[in-house]
Amino acid sequence: MENLVKKFTSSSLALPLVALVILLLFNAFFVNDFFKIEVMDNGNLYGRPIDILYRASSLIILALGMTFVIATGGIDISVGAVVAISSATCCVMLGGDISGVPHHPFFIAIIASLCVGVLAGIWNGTLVAKFKIQAMVATLILMTAGRGIAQLMTDGQIITVYYKPFAYIGGNIPGIALPTAMIIALLMICLVLFLDKKTSIGLMIQSVGINANAARYAGIKVTAVLFAVYIFSGFCAGTAGLIEGSLIRAADANNAGLNMEMDAILAVTLGGTLMVGGRYYIGGTIIGAITIQTLTTTMYAIGVSSDRLPAVKAVVILMIIVFQSEKFKEMYRNYKLKHQNNGGSKEASNA
Amino acid sequence: MHSKFFSNLVASQNFPFYVTGALFLILFGIGSVMFDSFFSLQVFLNLFIDNAPLIIVTVGITFTILSGFGGIDLSVGAVVSLSCMTLAVLMRDTSISPYVCMAIVLLIGIVVGLVNGLLITYFRLQPFIVTLGTMFLCRGFTAILSRDSVPISNDAYSELAFYSFEFGEYFLSLGSVIALSMVVIATLILRYTSFGRGVYAIGGNEQSARLMGLKTDSIRVRVYIISGFCAALGGICYSWIMLSGYTLHGLGMEMDAIASSVIGGTQLMGGVGFMPGTLLGVMIQGTILTIISFQGTLSAWWTKIVVGLLLCLFIVMQALVNSHKNKLMNQIAEGSVKADKK
Repeated sequence: MENLVKKFTSSSLALPLVALVILLLFNAFFVNDFFKIEVMDNGNLYGRPIDILYRASSLIILALGMTFVIATGGIDISVGAVVAISSATCCVMLGGDISGVPHHPFFIAIIASLCVGVLAGIWNGTLVAKFKIQAMVATLILMTAGRGIAQLMTDGQIITVYYKPFAYIGGNIPGIALPTAMIIALLMICLVLFLDKKTSIGLMIQSVGINANAARYAGIKVTAVLFAVYIFSGFCAGTAGLIEGSLIRAADANNAGLNMEMDAILAVTLGGTLMVGGRYYIGGTIIGAITIQTLTTTMYAIGVSSDRLPAVKAVVILMIIVFQSEKFKEMYRNYKLKHQNNGGSKEASNA
Repeated sequence: MHSKFFSNLVASQNFPFYVTGALFLILFGIGSVMFDSFFSLQVFLNLFIDNAPLIIVTVGITFTILSGFGGIDLSVGAVVSLSCMTLAVLMRDTSISPYVCMAIVLLIGIVVGLVNGLLITYFRLQPFIVTLGTMFLCRGFTAILSRDSVPISNDAYSELAFYSFEFGEYFLSLGSVIALSMVVIATLILRYTSFGRGVYAIGGNEQSARLMGLKTDSIRVRVYIISGFCAALGGICYSWIMLSGYTLHGLGMEMDAIASSVIGGTQLMGGVGFMPGTLLGVMIQGTILTIISFQGTLSAWWTKIVVGLLLCLFIVMQALVNSHKNKLMNQIAEGSVKADKK
């Protein structure tokens, strides 16, 4: 038992999990019916836990792509803007006819949005992998220009889509109880876990993140790995863009995916992946994303307004990253050692 | 001979600055050719007047970028917003003199910078994440102070806001004069003080800077304090333009500042950068905005696209210049080896 506890506290998942559990406990005591899940008349599930997972879906998808990027030692701050471009693409392809007749078939619009995401990934990948530009600077270009491009596509208007099936992505497909976004997120998680566990891609990404030169000498195609990672991040952003656009059934170039890149990076960091690259934790990232969404939902539930929310979020995040830091762990160890020495007990001599 | 001159020019330390300067002249030239009334001193001076807050904020953020270790300060936009709101609320609810209010605001900026700096140096945390945290914190605090827009209606303060230095038919606002003097002071600090040289040193290579006996942590904390102070000062200038406090003031300003800094020739790896270049970086963005507003039918999103393109241009140029420098260094090294053999 003691071993198990020790194993758990030393694992990287411990801290994000503990934070999530504390949040959930807080909810259990202070928010009425937090864990209640109802079945609605139309067969859909409804309740706060479902709501959290549902709202966290697009964040999870973005964070998955971001995990790989950060694992290679890079960063992709353009994903929020890519979300805006992708949702704008889909809405422009479908068109804003009030009759609900789409200009192009739905699946073509979906494929176009995903392609736009991949295209953005190719752009970022080219700059980072081919031109060897620092990832943050390289993705800053698309972050600055991206919203401009999205506005150019929608002509500065908010295009509202009246085509019914478009709402299925962000809502429910009739007859299926779980929100579609959750299902998409689950599929993406499965895909990522498959890539991570069953192929050597995960190992390659890690070795590029730890030491790109050494990886190259070991025969890993560093350029190709970097390229793939940014394309995947772009693809994730494209998918999240579809969900975000469908949620409001419109293309809002200014606000779609606003600050989502920051939330995605936070989710990855909360999950224990270091910004310098190297080891990464898919599970941690998912828990991190859910923690952020739980925090948001909790704050809404107890009546904190959306614009005051960042203050609470910031305090929680700063606390968690300080607890995660090596320096803090060292301080904790020193404190424990001192304590044991002062007691002069048997434990100290055993240790 | 010609190619050698060009090669040396590209390798020279100030090459990005020359390019930025040339680009600014070209952009201003395009504007002057396109519009009759564009080519006037006042249009030029308006660049400083309109962009005074951004100039000051960019000066601060350039310090953090120069200091290396992934140095960046994302909290500046939020500090600008918090400063405006604090000023507005203090002047609405209390009868404290505006000057004391401004001192309080500057103190807030310094405290935010100190918190950033201590978290980054003491716990060895990534500047990106830490300043992201303080950015959320400051935005949240702004909303806690007031969710609605709060107007500033203090007479003495408005007088400051409208104070202008007139010479002939032209004028500069107080904010722009402060912004320009900040650029001059920052340039002098970076060039002629041991602290300034230290900033470049820890940005270039922290390990060797420490081995040289520099107190790297103390320098880094001071860098973030400067950035916080500049953000608060930028906030005061912003409130002179807006005369109100609002949660959405200065939204995305940090990215504008980083973009200006990069266009101005600062390298995000740290250790390379020239302060007057960043001033030009801000002015290039300002010129694009001015051209678009003169044109009248173009929409504001073109600014974002053009700035993105310029960023791309500069970043690719920096990459090429760096590889050229490396090649030159290798040539010199090879040359010395050959000389030794002889």
